[in-house]
Amino acid sequence: MKNVDVLIIGGGSAGMAAAISAREQGISNVLILERANYLGGVLRQCIHNGFGIHKFKEDLTGIEYAQKYIDKILEMNIPYLTNTFVLNLSKDLTITSINSVNGLMDIQAKAIVLAMGCRERSRGALLIPGTRPAGVFTAGTAQRYLNLEGYLPGKKVVILGSGDIGLIMARQFTLEGAKVEAVVEIMPFSSGLARNISQCLNDFGIPISYNSTVVNIKGRKRVEAVTIADVDEHRIPISGTERDIICDTLLISAGLIPENELSKEAGIILSDRTKGAVVDDFLQTSIPGVFSCGNVLHVHDMVDHVSIESEIAGKNAALFVQGKLAATSFHDNISVIDGDGIMGTVPQYIHRHGNEEQIRLMFRPRKLYKNCYVCVDTGGQCILRKKRMVLTPGEMSEITINQDILANANDSIIIRVEV
Amino acid sequence: MEKELICINCPMGCRLSIVMKGNNVEMVIGNVCSKGVEYAKQEAVNPIRVVTSLMRPENREKPFSVKTASPIPKHLIFQCMDEIYRTHPKAPLASGDIVIQNVCGTNVNIIATQDVL
Repeated sequence: MKNVDVLIIGGGSAGMAAAISAREQGISNVLILERANYLGGVLRQCIHNGFGIHKFKEDLTGIEYAQKYIDKILEMNIPYLTNTFVLNLSKDLTITSINSVNGLMDIQAKAIVLAMGCRERSRGALLIPGTRPAGVFTAGTAQRYLNLEGYLPGKKVVILGSGDIGLIMARQFTLEGAKVEAVVEIMPFSSGLARNISQCLNDFGIPISYNSTVVNIKGRKRVEAVTIADVDEHRIPISGTERDIICDTLLISAGLIPENELSKEAGIILSDRTKGAVVDDFLQTSIPGVFSCGNVLHVHDMVDHVSIESEIAGKNAALFVQGKLAATSFHDNISVIDGDGIMGTVPQYIHRHGNEEQIRLMFRPRKLYKNCYVCVDTGGQCILRKKRMVLTPGEMSEITINQDILANANDSIIIRVEV
Repeated sequence: MEKELICINCPMGCRLSIVMKGNNVEMVIGNVCSKGVEYAKQEAVNPIRVVTSLMRPENREKPFSVKTASPIPKHLIFQCMDEIYRTHPKAPLASGDIVIQNVCGTNVNIIATQDVL
């Protein structure tokens, strides 16, 4: 069996940042396992700009952002295996992986960082009725066909869902000469970033239809039309509002799900809200020595935040190996509870005397709020109150807590929105 | 005159309110950083965008990614796309290599954003 100090599962933006951070903390025996035949993950198909403004103070394309990390991995001689699939993860920090060069490989790690990213919700997951013609893709699949393989997979397009990848693809299809007929969003607000509505739809006059959804797909060999209908306040289609849009392609951009099959098998406790692991402020999961970061922990809007979060996970994995991380179970810590208007706060537990002076809590609001406050309460007392101009579910928000104000906190803190 | 804009510099997407006097931006509110003010002043008078796309090398099967090295006027986006579509440089290329000089007479170059081996 091969022995590794810090093993990283996934070589995308999260895995690369965690690996670099673990190495910088003094761990030489780091190994990245990557399923694809390249490092960089989904960034390799993101040819658009808007990456790196927070992290590097530069406006980079996704490919350029990934390349900065790939160059660093090579420069630091951090070992990685591509085309390598992890089959199993166990509680005792062993994994089984497979590739065509080494065959089956068992690895014993001292710490593991989960950085497997997420997957798109597909047509099957959304239960869209209709025939099963060619021309139905998730937005990310279309992005891959176009940017990595060089095929434009449609000429008249309807996009279901207003996630960021769908909005980016609406613009790119338009630039490549296709016609985007409409973006159809079941909610009364977009799940994508405001700037993408502005620069991808408004710039090109692409209409977005809120409170509506696709109720039928028509066509035998290829998509010929989709039927859309308005929905009521319970998101149920309203009979009599159906209309057809002639198109040859339906792109689905209706959410991302953290890819936690390995975590589940290992018995790691997952959150119903984030669909990722439950973690403490070290980003450590319910299995000591296993850490989680990036889109496998909770879906981010911005890679800059993935990198920053993953550096924390990589550093703490290194500290764990070096015996410098206080070993406490979740029960000894302060639990973080989603209060009014808040959903999916990460981390879910905070150590009373952790190693960071400041703790960043990341969350999404349940709906759109304007001119509101984000409050942190403990024992019925508000201990932190921060003004926010806008909170929208399409954009992850954060609030930073100083360790010292937690000194008098009781067993839990509640984070909530106050209007 | 008042105008509402969404800053597109970064994914924060600050909602900006601007007050115009004639062709001049008098006041900007809602910006978190100084880029918001720059953006509002530019957007109100002459909107500009970075264009990213794909280009096909004459001696390779797959396309590679390119961008305008700095933003160009928004109304030239499709003209810029036509030039990108017609250009087929020879690989190998390195990220940052200029593949079109002075696109659409803007004094802006189109550069590769990835290595083409």
